[in-house]
Amino acid sequence: MAEHASAAHTPSRKPYFLTCAFLLVMTLITYVVAKFDLGPLNDIVALGIAVLKATAVVLFFMHVRHSSKLTKLTVVSGFLWLAFMIFITLSDYWTRGWLDTFASGR
Amino acid sequence: MWVFLCTEILFFGGLFTTYVIYRQRFHGVFAQASRDLNVVWGGTNTAVLICSSLTMALAIWSAQINRRKLIVLFLLITMAFGLTFLGIKTIEYKEKFAHHLVPGPHFHYVCPPGEPCHPEQAEVFFSLYFCMTGLHALHMIVGVGLLSYLLLPSWQGRYTSEWHNPLECIGLYWHFVDIVWIFLFPLLYLIGAH
Repeated sequence: MAEHASAAHTPSRKPYFLTCAFLLVMTLITYVVAKFDLGPLNDIVALGIAVLKATAVVLFFMHVRHSSKLTKLTVVSGFLWLAFMIFITLSDYWTRGWLDTFASGR
Repeated sequence: MWVFLCTEILFFGGLFTTYVIYRQRFHGVFAQASRDLNVVWGGTNTAVLICSSLTMALAIWSAQINRRKLIVLFLLITMAFGLTFLGIKTIEYKEKFAHHLVPGPHFHYVCPPGEPCHPEQAEVFFSLYFCMTGLHALHMIVGVGLLSYLLLPSWQGRYTSEWHNPLECIGLYWHFVDIVWIFLFPLLYLIGAH
């Protein structure tokens, strides 16, 4: 279950407003940047900004910054398995053409 | 709650993986088809969800300082943001139906002149669009339902600084759904903006 974040410190509203402002500014930035053609960097920049935003939500809105190590471990493992799924699937798709290359003896 | 959210990460993750595979295979057409989505509505919805996450966090903060009426107020604002999101989503879906962009027998994609034309690849993009945003919208509907379930106990003062676990857990769920949208917005709406 969720950890109580408030036990150790007096709750303050300020981090929430800052996080919200950060997220809104980042949304604006990702929208403006998408208008420029950066070639292969397009997706990397867009996803990089999305990851930054998601991290801000997890750390501040979801109180993970002040949560127990077990909660942190669970969060990290959740996203880690997602990364495994995407990368292992992609490693299959990316290397399928290689078989023909090997078969033709080149 | 986080263990449940891990299963949710993989639930949406399956769709994201499918998206990544088709995106690299049909790279140009995905960017082309993405231009048929309304970036202004999508961007507005991103802002709406971010604000709803703020009010959700403030509802929990209200519980931490034992202000029961404030909890109810922030929950109601969060629900209003959630319903705004769903309303905008409905307008967008309606536009897609009107423009024959819903995959199926009535799908008819008009390629931009002078560009490579692959309507069947564009249909894959719109299938993924509806699967991903549809599953997300379903989560939003469930979320609004869960928030309404919190209203009465909040009003009765059941959630205090000592104990407000239901608020925390449903808050986590709400923020998670926000995170999913944070990724959906650039992947679906922005890939063809340049």
